[in-house]
Amino acid sequence: MVPTNYYVILSAVLFGLGVFGFVFKRNIITIFMSIELMLNAVNLAFVAFSQALGKLDGQVFVLFVIVVAAAEAAVGLGIIILIARNRQSLNVERVDLLKL
Amino acid sequence: MLPRTIDMYRVLPELLWCGFGALVMLLQPFVRNRHFFTFLALIGTLTGTLASVISAANAGPGFNGLVESDSFSFFFRLLVGTVAFLVVLAAGPYLDRERLPVPEFYALLLFATAGMGVLASAQELLTAFIGLEMSSISSYILAGYRRDSLKSSESAMKYFLLGSFATAFFLYGIALVYGATGTTMLDKMAHTDETSTLLKLGLSMILIGLGFKVAAAPFQVWTPDVYEGAPTPVTALFSAGPKAAAFALLLRIFATVPAATHFWFWAFWVLAVLTMFAGNLGALVQTNIKRLLAYSSIAHAGYILVAFAAVTTMAQAGSAEAGPAYAAVLFYLLTYALVKLGAFTIVSQLGGVGEKNLSLDDYAGLSQRQPVVAAILSIYMLSLLGLPVTAGFFGKFYIFKAAVNSNLIWLAVIMGINSVIGSYYYLRVIVVMYMRESSAEAAAATPVGFPLSVSVVLAVTAIGTILFGVLPNSVINFLLRPNLFGFGH
Repeated sequence: MVPTNYYVILSAVLFGLGVFGFVFKRNIITIFMSIELMLNAVNLAFVAFSQALGKLDGQVFVLFVIVVAAAEAAVGLGIIILIARNRQSLNVERVDLLKL
Repeated sequence: MLPRTIDMYRVLPELLWCGFGALVMLLQPFVRNRHFFTFLALIGTLTGTLASVISAANAGPGFNGLVESDSFSFFFRLLVGTVAFLVVLAAGPYLDRERLPVPEFYALLLFATAGMGVLASAQELLTAFIGLEMSSISSYILAGYRRDSLKSSESAMKYFLLGSFATAFFLYGIALVYGATGTTMLDKMAHTDETSTLLKLGLSMILIGLGFKVAAAPFQVWTPDVYEGAPTPVTALFSAGPKAAAFALLLRIFATVPAATHFWFWAFWVLAVLTMFAGNLGALVQTNIKRLLAYSSIAHAGYILVAFAAVTTMAQAGSAEAGPAYAAVLFYLLTYALVKLGAFTIVSQLGGVGEKNLSLDDYAGLSQRQPVVAAILSIYMLSLLGLPVTAGFFGKFYIFKAAVNSNLIWLAVIMGINSVIGSYYYLRVIVVMYMRESSAEAAAATPVGFPLSVSVVLAVTAIGTILFGVLPNSVINFLLRPNLFGFGH
């Protein structure tokens, strides 16, 4: 059997990739996908810990996270469509009306 | 195990807020009358807020310990419920003026309030996460409620991206804490003496996630942009409600999990200093009143974090002295919510159609054009500044006292310096209103009317500000109860 550590490390790597994408990418859709990657890293960690602890509740948490992520995605995509309609661009650097 | 009736009583405010939110959505296709929905939302927020008394009377853990109905959650339910009620009052005329759809606004507001209530009473981390998301997701939509405005949609996008980024951190923190302790129940965590790196890492990520929500530096960059772009009544809600609820969760984690208390002291020390300076120095150069108030709300988050540092020191020493520091945080959140709510309501009303008059120059000579409004805004500014006879003074005083009592002299000194910096821009608003002449076109325009509902908001917040500034003891004595957090019994 694959040791739990491996799963946890994999989830940390996925989370790190998500953070990296969030910070360095310029397209809103890509940034949004990076956030989804981070949430799925969380799911992997929950399942791995659940297995290691021999408890089921971690797997239930994953269902909650998936549902909330779906709700967030619905609202997020709505906002992205609004931005695309208002500005004809999905580059975050062009969304810069509000600044110091 | 099936939920019992008493469990329902213990989450009654949230049930009512959610129920009325759903009712507004159900009736939306059938009723054309805008005032009907305002009325329904007023009833909804009010009954939910009053129901927190029933919850408090049936104190104890609900749903197998997922939520806790205690004095602490009672205080926060009253606070966020009152905030929501006043925001509904202020939003009615705003929505009419801007020709925005009414029912959705109130439904989202009610759901957000329910989320904040869950957040303040959650005794389990995943429940807290659900509460956080209920309030956040509704807030993202509310920030972009003026769909055609470029600024509003930009504000929604920034809030959404940074908010869900923070949520992911918060959630990863929960996963790590779960891995380290095998539970997400706060009261079970209270008894573990686990001090592994995994737990510390998890707690740091929870702190980062909540740091975003309360706008603590270095996670505060979104605040001015979101506050400026969002419709002003929504900004009023953001600055008072979600912030108080996120602080409530931080406090509860603190009061329960010893590992967090020991580990977080320096984190809070650094966060407090950074946040105070980021807020106050940023506010100095602002010319837009909404941005100025946004930076000021960052600075105030910094003052509250000073009290958090004091709480950690006291709890670390194992003394029972932490009570006054908790009370200081709660009292500060109350006074701050009242003042910010009132100030943003005035800004919303004076903004005019399309929120055009938001520059500080538009406030020149306001004392001649609208003396009462100028006087009330001055009260708010003096309270934010922390002058005696206003609630802000006692808010700052109790935090200062808590910091000195726990030997955080340097932190108290830095807080003093920051209050002095802060006085510059608060007084500048008053000087602009009283000492400068109106521009010719402003003087020629008819004074902005203040409808009854908006006047009620201003009266309640202004009277509250003065009242808590003269008689803070009534609230403080309630907050100093030994069983503020329910798990003590």
